[in-house]
Amino acid sequence: MARLKISGLKKSYGKVPAVRGVDLDISEGEFTVLVGPSGCGKSTLLRTIAGLEEADDGSIEIDGELVNDVRPRDRNVAMVFQNYALYPYMNVFENIAFGLRARKAPKNQVKDQVQRAAEMLGITSLLERLPRELSGGQRQRVAIGRAIVREARLFLFDEPLSNLDAQLRDEMRSEIKRLHQDIGKTMVYVTHDQIEAMTLADRIVLMKDGLIEQQGMPLELFERPATRFVAGFLGSPAMNFIPATLKRKGTGIAMVFDDGAALALPASRKASLSGSVGRAVLFGVRPEHIERSRKGSARPGQARLKVTIDLVQPTGPRTYGTFLLGGVETVAELEVHDVERPGESLALLFDMNRIVIIDPETELVISHSGT
Amino acid sequence: MSAAQEARRRLAQRRTRKLAIRYAVASLLTVLFLFPIYWLFMISFKTPEEIFSSPPVWYPASIQFDNFAVLFRDGDAVTVWNSLFVAGVSTVLAMFLGTLCAYSLARFRTGGDNLAVWIISQRMIPPIAIVFPLFLLYVWLGWVDTYHGLIMLYTAFNLPYVIWMMRGYIEDVPSELEESALVDGCTRWQVLVRVIFPMVRTGLFATAVFTFVFAWNDFIFALVMTRSEVTTYPVQVTHYFGAQSNFWAKIAAMSVLGAAPVFVAVAFLQRYLVRGISMGAVKG
Ligand SMILES: Nc1ncnc2c1ncn2[C@@H]1O[C@H](COP(=O)(O)OP(=O)(O)OP(=O)(O)O)[C@@H](O)[C@H]1O
Ligand SMILES: [Mg+2]
Repeated sequence: MARLKISGLKKSYGKVPAVRGVDLDISEGEFTVLVGPSGCGKSTLLRTIAGLEEADDGSIEIDGELVNDVRPRDRNVAMVFQNYALYPYMNVFENIAFGLRARKAPKNQVKDQVQRAAEMLGITSLLERLPRELSGGQRQRVAIGRAIVREARLFLFDEPLSNLDAQLRDEMRSEIKRLHQDIGKTMVYVTHDQIEAMTLADRIVLMKDGLIEQQGMPLELFERPATRFVAGFLGSPAMNFIPATLKRKGTGIAMVFDDGAALALPASRKASLSGSVGRAVLFGVRPEHIERSRKGSARPGQARLKVTIDLVQPTGPRTYGTFLLGGVETVAELEVHDVERPGESLALLFDMNRIVIIDPETELVISHSGT
Repeated sequence: MSAAQEARRRLAQRRTRKLAIRYAVASLLTVLFLFPIYWLFMISFKTPEEIFSSPPVWYPASIQFDNFAVLFRDGDAVTVWNSLFVAGVSTVLAMFLGTLCAYSLARFRTGGDNLAVWIISQRMIPPIAIVFPLFLLYVWLGWVDTYHGLIMLYTAFNLPYVIWMMRGYIEDVPSELEESALVDGCTRWQVLVRVIFPMVRTGLFATAVFTFVFAWNDFIFALVMTRSEVTTYPVQVTHYFGAQSNFWAKIAAMSVLGAAPVFVAVAFLQRYLVRGISMGAVKG
């Protein structure tokens, strides 16, 4: 188990900057997930931690030891690669034993440890097989087995599940979570998949263009995003963003859209927003925070608006309805039978306690559910 | 019989006929190509009378090894050993050094693309262009007619080819395999031994065979650089072509001795050869 501390880390490939200054402090046993769009530098950051890339600037400390100039083999970290990186000419046993043999572990110890790792992952019956005789999920297990057998102090995963089909991915995700609970090691996990990020992480680190955009506990990022990028990145379907103007209305403040529609803000937000009255803002609302209005169903903080649904997408448990708000296509996540056909008119309730308000110039969130 | 069945039968017939023609042509070509080799082997087993009889006899009345025995008694056979030793050692050296260079070129991009191209361009030099300057150098060094002299020469001449081929094979090894090994606790040397060698085994053997065969076949370097101590077998064979008469029995027996190691090597490594060559071909 180890603490990982990264300060001011920079790495470029030639002229292409990949990581542009990252600070990260991960405590012992923590499960950290790196997410972000393609090319934002997640893999580069991970590879630099492993020692496969040399940092241009900044420092990497594991357990207080500066490892910038330490060879990968001496950092005592384990890494699982996206395409498994199994040795095709060795059977599963030898693949898992590879790291132990490279470190010249005694024979019977190798046998015991491989056996234990194989049991943990349920692959004891596959030990004699070659990688090409395994399914994707089995290969992934072997790759994980190779990492955990070594008792490394830090585990790095680079999109380990992205080559698996959806069902297998769900299964392996739970297994990785359980594995983390069992062995309690510090893990850094890169993924594209926000479900993986939300479910696995003790902490999510959201990257963009080689920098950390925001980090925190999963729900913290979800409910209190700091920027438009964070708000839009997490959540599926993504948050709706609609240009609007903050206007005084009666005793309160309302969000007024280009088409004249208006949504009243709850009194609790009045104090923090009264300075912004008259400003153009971006109104951000998640599809799941819009529901169909029924008699007597409105709760405090909800605002009512009549719309015409022009696209209906049932997913089974829920139905997505799309409508125009302020000239922008907006998605609401509704109950299955709330709307059946496009063209229906519907009264919707917006949960104004949970919306975010963004400054369109800086793209910073000026008001979220926590304020 | 319906019309459809009839058509199918005719199609099958046509296919059989086509196949038969193909086999016939292939067999004919095989006989044509193999005949000289067959003739060589037969001569080596014939008695002098059989060799010079007219019309020629297609095969000896009885297999006899006198022609070979003479070679061993007179010490001519030692030249095959010379060839074997020189070609073998130079192949091992060229493969070892060449693979290391290739790894460096492939993984650390040593010298960029230009160095790699320059190296292969060395292979294009015709031996005849450099053999006499080299001879002068060897005289000065006192390396003429020595094992190490010839070994160095073949190693140097084969290195560009080995580097070029091995670089291609190594580039095809997914770099994650190496990276995974590095993280798992290997040094660069261990990566080379435990990951690269097994991954390029096919290409390694194929390249080694070609390297060996080059040294084995070489005539010009061996002719100029050797006198009596390390005469190689191709040079020795030419001694049998006399002004007045040719020693056909010796020529044939010596040629068989000389061809045998290559036959054996190719037979054992056939699998690697075919795959190694086609791997290179796909890569272009
Ligand atoms: N070996 C390399 N040589 C040159 N540029 C590279 C190299 N590896 C990555 N890059 C560049 O560095 C940037 C960051 O790449 P990186 O692989 O870290 O992104 P990522 O976040 O892992 O993306 P993905 O989600 O697609 O895996 C990208 O712009 C990429 O093009
Ligand atoms: Mg990546």
